[in-house]
Amino acid sequence: MSAPNSPPPTEATAGVAEDNRVTLRKLLVVTAVMFGFGFALVPFYEKICEVTGINRIVKRDDHRPANTQVDASRSVTVEFDANLRSNLPWTFRPLESSVKVHPGELATVIYEVTNTSDRPVTGQAIPSYGPMLAGQFFRKVECFCFDKQQMAPGERRQMPIAFVVDPGLPTEVNTITLSFTFFEVEGRASAEPATPARGGRS
Amino acid sequence: MQATHDHAAGHDHGHAHPTGIMRWITTTNHKDIGTMYLWFSFVMFLVGGVLALLLRTELFQPGMQVVEPEVFNQLTTMHGVIMVFGAIMPAFVGFANWMLPLQIGAPDMAFARMNNWSFWLLPPAAALLVISFFVPGGAAAGGWTLYPPLSIQMGPGMDLAIFALHILGASSIMGSINIVTTILNMRAPGMTLMKMPLFAWTWLITAYLLIAVMPVLAGAITMVLTDRHFDTHFFNAAGGGDPVLFQHIFWFFGHPEVYIMILPAFGIVSEIIPAFARKQLFGYTSMVYATASIAILSFIVWAHHMFTVGMPATAQLFFMFATMLIAVPTGVKVFNWVATMWRGSMTFETPMLFACGFIFVFTMGGFTGLILAITPIDIQLHDTYFVVAHFHYVLVAGSLFALFAGTYYWLPKWTGHMYDETLGKLHFWLSVIFFNVTFFVQHFLGLAGMPRRVPDYALQFADFNMISTIGAFGFGLTQLLFLYVVVKCIRGGAKAADCPWEGARGLEWTVPSPAPYHTFETPPVVR
Ligand SMILES: [Cu+2]
Repeated sequence: MSAPNSPPPTEATAGVAEDNRVTLRKLLVVTAVMFGFGFALVPFYEKICEVTGINRIVKRDDHRPANTQVDASRSVTVEFDANLRSNLPWTFRPLESSVKVHPGELATVIYEVTNTSDRPVTGQAIPSYGPMLAGQFFRKVECFCFDKQQMAPGERRQMPIAFVVDPGLPTEVNTITLSFTFFEVEGRASAEPATPARGGRS
Repeated sequence: MQATHDHAAGHDHGHAHPTGIMRWITTTNHKDIGTMYLWFSFVMFLVGGVLALLLRTELFQPGMQVVEPEVFNQLTTMHGVIMVFGAIMPAFVGFANWMLPLQIGAPDMAFARMNNWSFWLLPPAAALLVISFFVPGGAAAGGWTLYPPLSIQMGPGMDLAIFALHILGASSIMGSINIVTTILNMRAPGMTLMKMPLFAWTWLITAYLLIAVMPVLAGAITMVLTDRHFDTHFFNAAGGGDPVLFQHIFWFFGHPEVYIMILPAFGIVSEIIPAFARKQLFGYTSMVYATASIAILSFIVWAHHMFTVGMPATAQLFFMFATMLIAVPTGVKVFNWVATMWRGSMTFETPMLFACGFIFVFTMGGFTGLILAITPIDIQLHDTYFVVAHFHYVLVAGSLFALFAGTYYWLPKWTGHMYDETLGKLHFWLSVIFFNVTFFVQHFLGLAGMPRRVPDYALQFADFNMISTIGAFGFGLTQLLFLYVVVKCIRGGAKAADCPWEGARGLEWTVPSPAPYHTFETPPVVR
């Protein structure tokens, strides 16, 4: 700032105006960069989720033989829970409410489903784990939750789930609760194959 | 503030000003524009206030009485959007326009024409927000944070809200560029950065924050818009997007945004307390550094708004401790204000009352903020009325009280008249009492588990809700008293001296009251 005090300082004013334009340009660049930064957060976020595995809560695991070494030194209690949503006209329960397994040991449990209504109904089971941490150590080899289940009127069905608890399970976890919730699959999907329900928001 | 212009318009200068409405539309004068900002924000404050009173009416008793749940959701959303973007932010920009050139000895803002545009973008944006109530499906109803999936699924009201936010954002960015440029390049000779009044300092830092984060918000809502209409899947889980990503981007903007709304308030309070304690501000330098540290820290704490989305524990710990760290510079500020009062010869005119009220009640909001920063407690209190109470303590008793304080402090300079001191004090006491009646009980509601943004509630919450609603109506009506005091002061009153406050320092008090239309065309020299 070097504005002289006396007469209307035209030269100084011009100098200030030039300074102002320079500052304006710099700040506009910052604005543009920050606008881009918002979008750059998208791939950045995806990368972080990928590296830390935050978004892989449930993963179908059909490729690996896993660690078949059974860790007989400890055992884990697996409890089974069954729920229904959307007024699904079914009954749904596990035949055993809990089993004790050694990590690495293959176990099979049967769930029983009955369609109590007089219409065919299609449902999809969604698993969840308590504690959530256990999900990534719980390997389902075979599960009725891999597919939609279509039930004829009055049909009763026994469905297996075969699983292995990964020996990597932290030792402080000694009980895992596996909870399945059946949701009714409505609309086109249950009306029969046709087109898969996807695309476009509704 | 008509009086200002009648006095100055005709004869100070040879050239003719357009008159009537054209004068306001074409004006590039920082005082005119500041006045328009202040009136605009007051009108929006009343609009947002009416929405809030509708909410509180519904919540007066359990059960559904006044509005449908869908309408209730629109009201909560628009109350938030209008108060944040339409009332608080433009009000501070109004103060900046009026006072910054006067405080740093500049003849006007750096880009006078852009200044005019910044203001005139606001009314169309406000119109879009109001119109959105009348489109099919009503106004945006997913909360002011516009979280997907709701914001992706809603009707055209959401599009209008997004456009409005784009416009308001553009206006804020232009305003901020103007403020930064003015402060950096147009200070009077001798006015070094470290001699600037704290209001200028806090606004300089705020303007940088705005330039850094408003574009990020613009990006986030642009992504929502393209998800809605152009089949992108940034946030649409069905297409492989992730709604949690929006929360991250939004709060990267959102947390600095809360400081954008409070730092200028800190500036105003830091002007007023020394004036009425008749002492220099204690720890000027530390105030500047504290403000800057708050601004920098604000970029690394955003995820404390989303502890419940399923973050790794390490991230929760980081964001928890980073958030708590902000209490340190904020504590420095509160300490400095109190130390400024220490052994000062204090008098309690209305600006000082509001400034003291600010310190007292804002600090309570700060403490509840610290409580909410603790991850396990936050998970318990997330989306309850405890959070509602917390941010109203910092936004109403913080930002709004500082705006009132600043208005009373500079009103004599703007209008040339003294306001009615008795009514001003009455306004303060009614405001602070009704404010606490409204919001203090909401802490208990939140601790007991009442969720926010829900129109009905369990019977156990009935008494506190009734108290809160009564307080809200009291608070709302009190603000009409404020309007009356301001209008009365514009119309007339005791003649204000150039410096009506005994202890006030600063260049703005060296010009006549009311401030002439043009000031400091020849820069003053600061020793
Ligand atoms: Cu925050």
